[in-house]
Amino acid sequence: MSVSKIGRQFQGRWIWQNISFELFPGDRLAIVGSSGAGKSLLLRVLAGLDSIQSGQIIFQNCPLSTLDMPQFRAQVMYLHQQPALFEGSVESNLQQVYKLAIHRDRTYDRAKILAYLSSLDRSADFLERSVEHLSGGEKQIVACLRSLQLSPQVLLLDEPTASLDKTTTEQLEILIAQWQRTDALKAYIWISHDPEQIERVTDCQLALSGSPLPHA
Amino acid sequence: MNNYIPIDNWQLALAAALILINIALSLGLRLGLARKLGIAALRMVVQLLLVGYVLGWIFALDNPLWVLLLVFMMSAIAGNASVNRTRRRFPSIYWNSFVSILAASGFVTGLLVEGIIHIHPWYDPQYVIPLLGMVLGNALTGTSLALDRLMEDLVSRRSQIESLLALGATRWEAANETLKEALRTGMIPTINSMMVLGLVSLPGMMTGQMLAGVNPTNAVRYQIIIYFTLAAGTALACISVILLAFQVLFSPEHQLRLERLRKIDA
Repeated sequence: MSVSKIGRQFQGRWIWQNISFELFPGDRLAIVGSSGAGKSLLLRVLAGLDSIQSGQIIFQNCPLSTLDMPQFRAQVMYLHQQPALFEGSVESNLQQVYKLAIHRDRTYDRAKILAYLSSLDRSADFLERSVEHLSGGEKQIVACLRSLQLSPQVLLLDEPTASLDKTTTEQLEILIAQWQRTDALKAYIWISHDPEQIERVTDCQLALSGSPLPHA
Repeated sequence: MNNYIPIDNWQLALAAALILINIALSLGLRLGLARKLGIAALRMVVQLLLVGYVLGWIFALDNPLWVLLLVFMMSAIAGNASVNRTRRRFPSIYWNSFVSILAASGFVTGLLVEGIIHIHPWYDPQYVIPLLGMVLGNALTGTSLALDRLMEDLVSRRSQIESLLALGATRWEAANETLKEALRTGMIPTINSMMVLGLVSLPGMMTGQMLAGVNPTNAVRYQIIIYFTLAAGTALACISVILLAFQVLFSPEHQLRLERLRKIDA
């Protein structure tokens, strides 16, 4: 994935401009910067949820604008900071995505989910629980599993552990690491405010400055 | 129409005195409604008298162009009123609402007068105008409820919709539930009123025909075909306005474009 000179305007003002970087298979990239620097906006742009006003994003040699978005997003998945789940059990949430046209040719793999869960010391009972009784951390785990089971190539993690306690944070890191080990080509971008976490889970950093550069 | 009694000015004034009951109550109980009641009563009288003169004039002209012009004007007012009852705006909302209401109401009213009642000439304002008016009124209520529900839901369910998009859903898949809910909301008043029709409420048109001396069984037949027309017109107008809003609020790149939505102060 290659990003060249992209800029994002919001209500007539540039949030950031001239951002260029490349993400190679297997990369573990951190995005750091103060609050309001537009880190989330950058990830949303990379997931195609927002448009850019200048520059170009290229994925596997094709410009983003020419790609079929659902197909692109099945490979480059964005994980929201606040997980949004649907009414029902954990398992129904995990199964629901297979109804989408883009994933219809695949089937829900319970064994795979159970394998992920066992690494978090959780049993199959977790799948039966209703999502409204889950803690914030558990919801984030469900949202994460929902994406991981579809084995995307790239994960865009928007402060997934921002509101989680230490244990759940570790569990989430375990999940992501496990997913990445399945295939050396898998890459992710992780936004975090925690320097220790960045040290643990990423190899390189992209720093966004809060104030726009004068010459930009 | 043998026993129809026209109402003269003196009788009108006498009936207007009834508003004094409301005003006395409001003053006595300090409801603070006296001023609003007065304005509402005055508007009602002026608007209706004016409409009476305009309609009388157009009925007398008996010219299709004038009838069509009135059709457009009534639709424009309905489209405008429909949007004004909602709490958010997007750039083409007034236009979308007008087009949806005009197309849906025009279509079903046309079917009714041409295909079912067979009036001659096709533009006979005595039929076209009152029938269209009823269809418009119902479509107005439906579309404003549907639009309002749709826009509020898109805002409140934003994270769910964007989660689906991020998981690879098309914009259609991501919005599907929200669109259906909006359509359901738009149709509920029509369905509810059909349920209790005749039991709880005697519809205005039927009552009017009976006052004009029409046999109740004939008046009921008119009311039945009107209701089928209303239901069809409202459904079409709601679907149209929802789909047009969907086109605006979701981009072809499968993005939710909430920045196009602006909240207005009530």
